[in-house]
Amino acid sequence: MDNRTLSSWERIKDSDVYHSFIKSPTAIVSSTILFIIFFCSFFVELITPYNPFDPSSLSLMDAFTPPSWTEDGLAKFILGTDGQGRDMLSTILYGCRISLIVGFSAIIFSLVLGVGLGLTAGFFGGKYEMIVMRLTDVQLTVPSILMALLVDGIARGLISREMHDEMAIYVLIFAIGISEWPQFARVSRAATLVEKNKDYVSASTIIGVSNIIIMFKHILPNILRPVLVIGTIGLALAILAESTLSFLGVGVPPTTPSLGTLIRLGNDFLFSGEWWITFFPAIFLVILAFSINLLGDWMRDTLNPKLKK
Amino acid sequence: MLVVAFVSFSLFNFVGDPINNMVGEETSDEERAELRETLGLMDPIHVQFSRFIVNASKGEFGISYQLRRPVSELIVERLPATIELVVISALIALVTGTLLGVYTGINRKGFLSDFVLAISLLGVSLPTFVIGILFIYLFAVILGILPSFGRGEVVDLGFWTTGFLTVSGLKAIILPSVTLSLFQMTYIIRLVRAEMMEILQTDYIKFARARGISENSIKYKHALKNGLIPVITIAGINIGTLIAFSIITETVFQWPGMGFLFIQAVQFVDIPIMSAYLVFIAFVFVMINFIVDILYYFIDPRIRVKGDVASG
Amino acid sequence: MKTKNIVRILLSLVLVFGFSSAWAKTIKWSMQGDSLTLDPHAQNEGPTTQVSRQVYEALVQRGLDMKIGPALATKWRTTDPNNWIFDLRKDAKFSDGTGMTSADVVFSILRAKQRTSDFKEYISTISDVTAIGDYSVKITTSKPNPILLNQLSNIFIMSKAWSEKNFAMAPQNWDAGQETFSATNALGTGPFKITLREPNTKTVFKRNKHWWGEMKDNKVTQIQLLPIKNAATRVAALLSGEIDIVTDAPVQDLKRIGSSSGHKVESTAQMRTIFLGMDQAADKLRTGNTGDNPFKKKEVRQALYQAIDIEAIKKKVMRGLSEPAGIITFPGVNGYTADLDKRLPYDVDAAKKLLADAGYPNGFDVELRCPNDRYVNDEAICTAVVGMLGKIGVNVNLFAQTKSKHFKELKDDQGDFYMLGWGVPTLDSHYVFHYLYETGASWNKVNFSNADVDAAIRVMEGEVDLDKRNAAIAKAWKIVKDDISYLPLHHQVISWASKSNVNVPIRPNNEPLFRTASFN
Repeated sequence: MDNRTLSSWERIKDSDVYHSFIKSPTAIVSSTILFIIFFCSFFVELITPYNPFDPSSLSLMDAFTPPSWTEDGLAKFILGTDGQGRDMLSTILYGCRISLIVGFSAIIFSLVLGVGLGLTAGFFGGKYEMIVMRLTDVQLTVPSILMALLVDGIARGLISREMHDEMAIYVLIFAIGISEWPQFARVSRAATLVEKNKDYVSASTIIGVSNIIIMFKHILPNILRPVLVIGTIGLALAILAESTLSFLGVGVPPTTPSLGTLIRLGNDFLFSGEWWITFFPAIFLVILAFSINLLGDWMRDTLNPKLKK
Repeated sequence: MLVVAFVSFSLFNFVGDPINNMVGEETSDEERAELRETLGLMDPIHVQFSRFIVNASKGEFGISYQLRRPVSELIVERLPATIELVVISALIALVTGTLLGVYTGINRKGFLSDFVLAISLLGVSLPTFVIGILFIYLFAVILGILPSFGRGEVVDLGFWTTGFLTVSGLKAIILPSVTLSLFQMTYIIRLVRAEMMEILQTDYIKFARARGISENSIKYKHALKNGLIPVITIAGINIGTLIAFSIITETVFQWPGMGFLFIQAVQFVDIPIMSAYLVFIAFVFVMINFIVDILYYFIDPRIRVKGDVASG
Repeated sequence: MKTKNIVRILLSLVLVFGFSSAWAKTIKWSMQGDSLTLDPHAQNEGPTTQVSRQVYEALVQRGLDMKIGPALATKWRTTDPNNWIFDLRKDAKFSDGTGMTSADVVFSILRAKQRTSDFKEYISTISDVTAIGDYSVKITTSKPNPILLNQLSNIFIMSKAWSEKNFAMAPQNWDAGQETFSATNALGTGPFKITLREPNTKTVFKRNKHWWGEMKDNKVTQIQLLPIKNAATRVAALLSGEIDIVTDAPVQDLKRIGSSSGHKVESTAQMRTIFLGMDQAADKLRTGNTGDNPFKKKEVRQALYQAIDIEAIKKKVMRGLSEPAGIITFPGVNGYTADLDKRLPYDVDAAKKLLADAGYPNGFDVELRCPNDRYVNDEAICTAVVGMLGKIGVNVNLFAQTKSKHFKELKDDQGDFYMLGWGVPTLDSHYVFHYLYETGASWNKVNFSNADVDAAIRVMEGEVDLDKRNAAIAKAWKIVKDDISYLPLHHQVISWASKSNVNVPIRPNNEPLFRTASFN
């Protein structure tokens, strides 16, 4: 309880996580890359002079400008332009933002759902626990991409098309999120089972602390670390799932393209020499997912050596 | 299985009005009512559902809205392509994955191990479709040695069409199957590696070492045997995942399988195909779980003692 | 037992390899979409006709020079302006070996006039068909029809007996999603027969050994149609040798294909004009935000017209391979003049002013519907248009989808603003007016209606004095051009790319005739 006298920064500095972090070049490099990507994507309006989705600022005559370092390149379009004259760099950053928003939202959705179910299942036990764990088993065998496609397919049938374009991003978040929750549920249930039988929980129960408070105050903090690890790796999976669905043409509409949509659109120009239209979004996506995976790997080793896939 | 059947039944019945999907605008209300009657859509729900089950078990799922042909016919036509692709990919993923996994598990520090692990992490970060595009560009366009789409020449054996009997068919399967197997392979490498590392630290291996059994015998005989057990489970789930991911591979390589059919159906909201595919996938998953459970029972004595086979 | 199996496998391997390499000369043909149906009267659509053309024949046909010549009919004459006698070929046989007679011709033409036929308007002037003996038919028109031969060149002849046997007496009701035998099977008198049909995947055409005509090159024994929707994959397949000919080579890849030593590219102006339609009848746009229909005002239509920088589309989207259009018809069609084909100037300021004058200074919202697998770079053209209209404040939401849905929903009156392309198989302006401008016509989805134009169309249909008829055509073109009822974009230029040793003569209607194909 000495920690209380220290500032939070000092607490972090003193923790084993921090020490392990500054000793791991992989972790530093990947988190730096991620920070830059996150920053640029979320403040893209401040960084790039172009808004690729404002038609009045585009000129079709700018289309197919190659990257600036090549012979026909223009300095104002660093990574060149696409077939509609949109600046590639801005388009990628805007697209990356969509990918990140979908990825994060999906992961938070599945985290809340999974942890909620896992916690309560572990805490209350009985038939309820059985049903939840059976559901997790079933869900785990169904590959995420299939689940997502299915949800999207059903949504297309249920929602009218005009609505669908507006709803697409929510459908996508739900579709990806719904397929990732079992991991969270399993971990949080296991941790809950361990904590539940500890003396302090029994004591709290005896003195009449409500179940909800016990769950949130005592058990929840103990499962944060594994959840964080799963969440990080899940984020990479969610981003890849999003780009895959968009590539297949069932993700976000082309009017608000994500990285996957950009790759799909650029694919048409792969042979005609305009390689940059598909190459840059693809490389950007790979760097993003790779960095998150590296960070996730490092977190798994550091935060929770026992946790395995 | 019944649950899935019900879901796909509801899909068929409640997602959009099937009548609207089938007829044009100029069809009169009387004609619509008549069609509703002949299709049995006026019957109570449970009657409709049992009819759906009966039809589904006979393999009848109605007529595709898009292609205007019986869905059962389409499925039978496309099934061999998917099965051949998935089986080949599963073999590639299993064999290569296990070999590399064992190697990296035993030689923990070598340069090759680090390299394989780094590549495997990259493999997890590379979306399947990007790999596919890359392969097409490299092998089909730049080098021009492998085909980029379709199944090549297929031989019709009556109940089955196979690409295994022609050169073009065999060439055509290389790129899609490797693409499809990569993601699974990386998983298997990591799993087998972790398993090997864990087993090498267990007491009985230490005991075997103490008894002076040769290092090679320990590694390849004792440890490997135990390390392979989870691979069987994975192999099962693997098949399921491969079938799901074949949707992407089939789209990129225009492989005329069920996944390609399904993705076109999703874009078109072709409900009969979607519900048939769903039932098919559910059937495959149930079968796989069942087979894995049985295999487990025979391979792992510990489960036999418990005497209880978990149902799929 | 085991050796027996091995022998069996080896034998089948030998057979397979033997057949696939030594004798068969197959041409593998690819384009982005597939035929919608094999029923030759169910859909009047480009790729559908391209497929049917290999299998079915009509009474008369256009040769490689696009001139009308004999086919199933060897001779024809008019007994009076309303009555035609066609003498039929006696050696024409269907691919099942049965002979073709006048009964089949009568049956087929009447079939194409039925309610579910997509050609019923096409030959609406035919009032009666009767057989005169086994090898002669009389066609009666309701009024003198100067373009009857042009129309008949697209009415395919089916076997009456086969249709009766397979319950295909009426054309497949395509709009209602009907499934018929004739939609997935074909029996014609043409040079090829279809032996395998997997829609959207593979269609195999083999030689019809009963065909009366002669192949240009007898080595051509089989055609395979393998549609590949994705442009990049299609090009990759061509370059890697899996495909022999692509009849809609993507414009962006022509340079690369041409630079490959084993391939060649041919381009020609196509008989097709691409344009945008705006519904002018609805009181309120389905996808608008103003509560009314801005398209009712000519100023608005003109504003959109002048906001489109067609030269930029030509240069960037079409890579130079298009001809900007002023009217929906092209050189070679009776009634076309270069003067009519001139466009209003591209002028953003003028467009803004027109829009403000019409009462929409801040523009309006509307949805643009486009096919994404029908015309050359259709979706990219639409995206470019969206950007250009955005500059005058018209906020366009693009909705691109596959052609079968696009056309069906268009026919169901679901579009405010849409893309369409129009070919003129009869090479006469009447075809354009009859379908796109006549009051209530089936593809007149802008709901244009003008009594003078309708009257002119009647003249085009019945006037045998060519000068008077051409005057009516000119008058009608002037009216519709001044009204800006459609926004013409460009005449399409098509490009076929093939292996150097495969020769399939390119035709401006984009229809390959594989009987004229050869190998060198």
